[in-house]
Formats: sequence, structure tokens, C-alpha cells
Amino acid sequence: MTTETEKEYESYYVPDASHWPIVGAVALFLIAIGAGNYVANLDTGEGIGGWVLLAGIALIIYMVFGWFSNVIDESMEGKYSAQMDNSFRQGMSWFIFSEVMFFAAFFGALLYARVFAVPWLGGEGNNLETFQVLWPEFQAAWPLTSTPDGTTTEAMGWNGLPLYNTILLMTSSVTAHFAHVALEQNKRGALKVWLGLTVLLGLAFLTLQVEEYIHAYSAMGLTLASGIYGNTFFMLTGFHGMHVTLGTIMLIVMFFRVLKGHFTPENHFAFQAASWYWHFVDVVWVLLFLFVYIL
Amino acid sequence: MTTATDTIDAHDEHHDHKMTGIKRWLYTTNHKDIGTLYLWFSFIMLLTGGAMAMVIRAELFQPGLQIIEPDFFNQMTTVHGLIMVFGAIMPAFTGLANWMLPMMIGAPDMALPRLNNWSFWILPFAFGILLSSLFMEGGGPNFGWTFYAPLSTTYSNGSTAFFVFAVHIMGISSIMGAINIVVTIMNLRAPGMTYMKMPLFVWTFFITAYLLIAVMPVLAGTVTMVLTDTYFGTDFFNAAGGGDPVMFQHIFWFFGHPEVYIMILPAFGIVSTIIPAFARKQLFGYSSMVYATSSIAFLSFIVWAHHMFTTGMPLAGELFFMYCTMLIAVPTGVKVFNWVATMWKGSMTFETPMLFSIAFVILFTIGGFSGLMLAMTPVDFQYHDTYFVVAHFHYVLVTGSLFSIYAAAYYWLPKWTGHMYSEKLGRFHFWCSLISVNLLFFPMHFLGLAGMPRRIPDYALQFADFNKWVSIGGFAFGLSQLIFLVLVIKCIRGGEKAPAKPWDGAEGLEWEVPSPAPYHTFSTPPEIK
Repeated sequence: MTTETEKEYESYYVPDASHWPIVGAVALFLIAIGAGNYVANLDTGEGIGGWVLLAGIALIIYMVFGWFSNVIDESMEGKYSAQMDNSFRQGMSWFIFSEVMFFAAFFGALLYARVFAVPWLGGEGNNLETFQVLWPEFQAAWPLTSTPDGTTTEAMGWNGLPLYNTILLMTSSVTAHFAHVALEQNKRGALKVWLGLTVLLGLAFLTLQVEEYIHAYSAMGLTLASGIYGNTFFMLTGFHGMHVTLGTIMLIVMFFRVLKGHFTPENHFAFQAASWYWHFVDVVWVLLFLFVYIL
Repeated sequence: MTTATDTIDAHDEHHDHKMTGIKRWLYTTNHKDIGTLYLWFSFIMLLTGGAMAMVIRAELFQPGLQIIEPDFFNQMTTVHGLIMVFGAIMPAFTGLANWMLPMMIGAPDMALPRLNNWSFWILPFAFGILLSSLFMEGGGPNFGWTFYAPLSTTYSNGSTAFFVFAVHIMGISSIMGAINIVVTIMNLRAPGMTYMKMPLFVWTFFITAYLLIAVMPVLAGTVTMVLTDTYFGTDFFNAAGGGDPVMFQHIFWFFGHPEVYIMILPAFGIVSTIIPAFARKQLFGYSSMVYATSSIAFLSFIVWAHHMFTTGMPLAGELFFMYCTMLIAVPTGVKVFNWVATMWKGSMTFETPMLFSIAFVILFTIGGFSGLMLAMTPVDFQYHDTYFVVAHFHYVLVTGSLFSIYAAAYYWLPKWTGHMYSEKLGRFHFWCSLISVNLLFFPMHFLGLAGMPRRIPDYALQFADFNKWVSIGGFAFGLSQLIFLVLVIKCIRGGEKAPAKPWDGAEGLEWEVPSPAPYHTFSTPPEIK
């Protein structure tokens, strides 16, 4: 760690040529053609798309391991400067911002459907004629439990599992913060406890969400294909769940790195990034709880 | 300088001083290598997408159906658009950013060099998937590059999933590239280079990168909804399930309009670099250029529905989007004024980069004016989906973005290759392109005003004469681009040695290093005063 400005600028580390990116490119290629083939043959179940997809996922996991272990080694060898650390931090924040915009697309769809599309189908504004000609039986309401073409479902209430999950995830954001504070104060014991607790809370959230999905599919008839309500419900909570899964994996990796004695009070970018990511999924969940479940 | 850092530098120098053969290009973390890859890739894509345009123009040479089936015609217009937008223009700009940004701000490389490599190398795979879908059963995407639902959902052919995943990869590439650009500019500027001392080229890429990070994820969301609507039974864009096909257009154009500025803001930066160099004057109104670029970027988020005036929107929406769109003319006018004022009473010379830049100013302005016409809701009802729109966006994208990329290539070729390009051949390329491109796109205005619809393989007899000339212009423009290929290859292989600063009016750190630029520049940052 250098403090003088002059030295800081001189030691910006430019890595050697690396084969990991091209491995990652091949992995993404396999994922894309595998998923494409799998999805295109969904009704027949033919083709080897699923296997290609799995191979791609395996390869990308291999790449992440290899690439990150290079980065960790370089960091442990002291090749990085404060400026490098800053690049990583800024890169991670902009990545999280791009994730926010990804969710924004689906929140946008949800709000558009609720505020415009569904009321218009019910004849609001200057759409009376459309309503009378197309689906005169249709009743505009949100949650949309009965679609214009007659698919019916039940709406997921906010009380019960979703509420427990909100409490779990918000608590885990607090424990993640305590873990960070403990790391900065170099209290390794407290760090392990708080971080381990955060991981457990994340796993509990995921378990309850699976439980919720099973209940929705089997008992309520609420599926991904249940009209715009089911679409937005499962796409938003589903993508959020995928992000929680990724965040939990990141935290588990951080937990093992803490056990191995990595990170110092001054230098712990990876931990910080995982914790930022975790706070981000928490904030998204609060918005989800508000717009998908309660309102 | 301390001995410790010296040894580290020497060590690195020794290690990555160019691997040989294919490995150098596959494994590289060098911003110049990656920039070169981007530029070559975008040129190959330009020729590929151009070949598809030739197919379109051949079919439209005469009324009636002569050469191809309507469905294949639709695939050609779709893939032509996708390739030119995501494969030619955007990677060319990213390539220029890679080559020039670190040198312009005095940085040793891009901030995240390995990520930089990944951003590039996933692109050829994405376009491989997109192009291969043309050969699949049922054909490739045929719903237009805007992939409006329900054309891309209910009525699409079997290859839509491949289109979706290809677009996903292109998006990932753009986002990672943009993050790299933002972080490099924010974090790696040489000491003393404050934000308002950055070259305007750097500013425009900075703002463009923000736009990319903000809207490419929205595109990813859009294609994901298309995927689930097509294959997983969702009804986002289907009124029978409570969704709305118009919603597709809102979400798509929320991405699509900033995307348009993603393809033009860097062009503004290039032209603002080149015009002062050949007018031998400082850029007129530097800070107003920065503010104008920022306000264009901001406005780009609140004008998207001007693409949808005829689709059905409450009157208040039509008015709001019309006025916001017209507002963009103000900062754009500031820019054009500044370029003209920079040239005013300058000691101008007209080397190829300057020729392309001046053509840019004039022809982009024509495209801007037709854009202003399209911005007016009542008259847009007549122009919508006609060749007038095609003329408009080809003026801003071909004589705008593409011409600026050519200007940049000519301007920096001596720095990249170490040789001067052939000025004679360059001017030949310019004049051939200029004449043919206007023959190609100018008559389209009149065709559109007279009512010829876009994206249709056949047309009424009264459009026959103009279409013949348009096609001839198209073939001539396509052939003219091969002159550029010859020129670049000749310039790489030899020619007059280029000095460190071949243009006497040029300014910027990139001219302080020798030509060709050494593999590593600014391992220690220069001091900016």
C-alpha cells in the first residue's frame, strides 16, 4: 500500500496476457447456443442443448475460479495499489448500477401494465370501444387474477412467507454491515460470526422462497404463465432470487477466504464488493415487497 | 522513481512484450491490441452488413419480386440493421476508445485490462450465432432490428431464441466495455488533468459510456421478455393475458433512443478533435460543448416515444415527447455552431480527415433537420414508416457516425501504423463515398414523402426511377469502401514514415509519443499543466 501520490501513479499494475477471458468467451458461447437449442426444442425435448448449456456453465465456473485466483494471488503479492483498488470499487459500483437498470425494465413493465395496459383493456380513457369489441366480460383489477382470455389464478398475499422473507433479508443486510465493521476493526472472531450469520439468513431466504413457489404452483394455480400478474410476479421475484443465490455464493466464498486469513482492515475489496451486492439485492427486495406484494 | 517500481516495470515489460502468433491476439491485455481487434472486427461487420444492404438494393432495383423471397428480404433488413448498429458502429467506437483514451489521458492502459479482452472476444461469438441463425430451419430473425412484438413473439420463426441470446452477449460486451471506459477516465487520468481539461473526445466517450451502462440492461430485459413470451407462455406483450404490445415499444425505445445517441456522441468528440487540428485554432466553446453533450444525453432518456407517435398514446404524451424531442435541437445547434465558429477565419487545410469531418458537419445537420421534421407529431403521421425515416437515420448514421469513424481512422492511422496513408487514395475514397452516399440516401427523402413504405420488397411503379438511382448509389457506395480497405493494408505494410506529430495543428498527449505508438505508453504518467 503506497501513500505518496507519485508512487501511487507509478505502480498501476497492468496484468500479463491472460487466457481466462477467451475461456470465458467460449463458455458464454456454449451457454448461448446450448440455451438457444434447449429453449427452441422445449416442446419436443429433443437435442443436446441442455448438455451444452451445462458444459458452458461448468466452463464459466472454471473460468471464474481461475481468473479470480489469479487476481487474489496478485493482490496477496502486493502488486496492487490504492489506485487499482479504486478501479475495482468503481467497476463494481457501475456493475451494480447496470443490474439496477436490468430490474428497472421489469419494474417498468409491472407499472405500465398496472397503470396503463390493464385499465385500458377495461375501457378506461378513450378505450371504451376496444373494451366492448374485444373482451366485454373483462374486469380491470390489480392483482389481475382473471385475464381477458379467461386464465384465472389467485394473488399472492404479503402476509406470511413474504413478510418473513422481508424480515430475514433486511436482518441479513444489518448482519452483513456488522461483519464489515468487525473487519474494519480487525475483530476476526466477530467477523466470522456475523458473516456466517448473513450466509445462513440468505440460505433461509432462498429456502422459504422455494417453499413459496411450490405453494404458488401447487395450491394457488399461480404460475409464470398466469397472465401479466403471474409474469411480473415470477420474473421479478425469480430474477431477484437468482441474484440472492449469486450473492450468497459470493458471501460463502468470502467466508472461506476469511477463514484462510485473507483481508486486512484496509484492504478488502472483494469483501466490500460482496457486501455491496448483498445490500443491493436487499434494496431490490424492499421495492419488490412494496410493488409486487403489498400494493 | 524508486528502484522497486523500476524492477516491477522491467519485469512486466519482459513478460507481456507481445506473445507471438494467434496467442498474442487471444490472450492480450493491451489496450492497443484490443483496440485493433475491435476496429478490424467492426470493419468486417461493416462489409458483412453492407453486403446485406446490397442484396436489399438489388431486390429494390426494379419493382416486382426478382431475386429473393419476401421472407428473406425481411431477414436481410433485420440482420443488416442489427449488424450495423451492434457490430459495425458501436465496436468501431469502442475500438477508438481503447486505442486513444489511455494515451489521451496519460494512462498506462485501460483500468481493467483482462475484462477489456473479454468484452471484445465475446463479440465475434455473438455475431457468429446471429449470422448462423440465417442458415437454420425457418431462417433467421425477420422482424426488423427493432423486433417489435408480436412479430418477434407470436409470429416469429424458430430461431428467435438464438437472436435473444446473441443480443444478450452483445449487451454484456457493451456494458463491460462501458464500465472499463468510465473507470479508466475517472481513475486513471494523469495528475493535473482535471475533468474540464480532458480532450472533448474523452468527454464524449465518458458520457456515452454512462448511457450504455444505463440502457443496455434494459435491452437485456426486453429480449428476456420476448424470450419468455415466445417460449414460456408469458403475456407481457399480449393483450389477451393483460399485457400490451405497445408496452414492448415503450421498453424497447427507452433503450433505443439513448442507443441512438450512443452512436452519435462519440462522433461529436471525434469531429471536435479534428476540426481544430486542421483549422489550426482552438475548439470554439469547449465548455459549452461539454454541457451540450451532457444535456443531449439527459434529454435522450425522455424522448423515446417519438418513435411511436402513430402507435397509440394519450394526447398529453404525444405533446410531451414532441416538445422534448424538439428541445434536443438546441444543444445540437450549439455544437454545429461551435464547429463552424472553430473553422471561421482558421488557416484551414483539407486533408482526408478534415474532408470527412466537414462532410460530417453538413450531412449530419441534414439528418438533424429531417429529424426535426419527424419530431413534429402531426407531420410524423405522414412520414412514419416511410423511406423518409430511412433517409433520416442513414444520414445521421452513415454520413454522421460512419464518416466520423473514417475521419478518426485517417487522423490516427499514422499514429497506429507509423506510416502516412496515401493522401491521394484517401481523397479518392472520400469523393467516391460522398457522391455515392448522397445519390443513395438523398432521393429516399422524396420517396418517403411520396409515400413509399419501408421494409417492403416491392413498390408501386411510380417509385421505379428514384429506386434505380438509389440502388446505383448503393452499389457505388459499397464498392467505394473497398478503397479504404486497400488504403489501410497499404498503410500498414509501408509508406512514408510518420513523424510523432504528423498534423501541425493537432493537440493532445497522443502526439507526444512516437509513431507508431510503442506497445506500452505512459507507464509513468505525464504531468499536465
